[in-house]
Amino acid sequence: MSGALIVRAHRHPGLLAALLNRISGLALALFLPAHFIVLGLALSGAPALERFLALTDNPLMRTLEAGLVGALALHFACGLRILAIELLDFREKTAVAVAACLAFAFFFGLLFLLSAEIGG
Amino acid sequence: MLELEIWRGGAIGRFQTYRIPTREAQTVLDAVSEVQRTEAPTLAYRFACRVGMCGSCAMMVNDRPRWTCRTRVAVAAPDGRLRLAPLRHFPVVKDLVVDMAPFFAKWQRAHGRFEPGPAPATEFATVPPSTPERRAADAGIECINCGVCYAACDVVGWNPDYLGPAALNRAWTLVNDVRDRARAAARLAAVTGPGGCQSCHTHMACTETCPKAIAPTYAIAGLKRQAMRAALAGTR
Repeated sequence: MSGALIVRAHRHPGLLAALLNRISGLALALFLPAHFIVLGLALSGAPALERFLALTDNPLMRTLEAGLVGALALHFACGLRILAIELLDFREKTAVAVAACLAFAFFFGLLFLLSAEIGG
Repeated sequence: MLELEIWRGGAIGRFQTYRIPTREAQTVLDAVSEVQRTEAPTLAYRFACRVGMCGSCAMMVNDRPRWTCRTRVAVAAPDGRLRLAPLRHFPVVKDLVVDMAPFFAKWQRAHGRFEPGPAPATEFATVPPSTPERRAADAGIECINCGVCYAACDVVGWNPDYLGPAALNRAWTLVNDVRDRARAAARLAAVTGPGGCQSCHTHMACTETCPKAIAPTYAIAGLKRQAMRAALAGTR
């Protein structure tokens, strides 16, 4: 009715938590097959894998990888939130829980980026 | 002046604009009543108690479901513009009046009624207030059936078969009622079928919008735990 992407009736922290959980899950689901294909390159010998890995050794890919680590951490944290609510009867302040999940994801994303910068 | 856009018509209709004076401590229901008395005598809407007890005046207020008798215009519409529509997920009867029948049919489907058993109790049941069951039942017992949670729930919108937060919350209070004789068997079967408690996505919309500060999300989580325990024990 309002023409906004998410109408006001849906604008609440709980939906944001669900969206973050699903979008990060989708990102991981798209990544995993690509990951296995790359690992499969090793079956045809080390040079094939090394050639591909050399292609990924640049700042853009490192940044994307950090995003992926962040998505993994986010999916993990959002999943733990759901499990805590459903299995442990955990009573949350949803906005605080969502903020904590995001902080957890940013922390591990940045940690990965930092280690890639230092290590790489 | 307060500008109200109010839904007129049935399932097919349109918003019509009305203007009334802004008044001190005006509630959304006050505003609707003033429109009906001064501008639109044929406007249909529901209310009874005006004090947050009967649960009949809920409607969409600026795209959010609210009980209108206890919602101040100043809070819901700080810019002086109100957009009022019938509650989402309910069939529209006329203007702001919806048909609550499907909502209460789901209440019955979730086995949301007390089962005294074949013989009535001869003694008063003693239920200490401190027991976990009593506390769990107390947390959800103040529901006034206003339908706000049902209108707010995303899953109800996606899956019309879903029982919804209010019916499942009611089932959870009865699962925790130690006097009830349908606790473990019939009721658990009723709330774990298609459209049952496992359909809840824990979006918290019901809990965030409930005007009585009930948390149906946690009641539904309780039903999920109970169902899981029954499945692990092999009783379901």
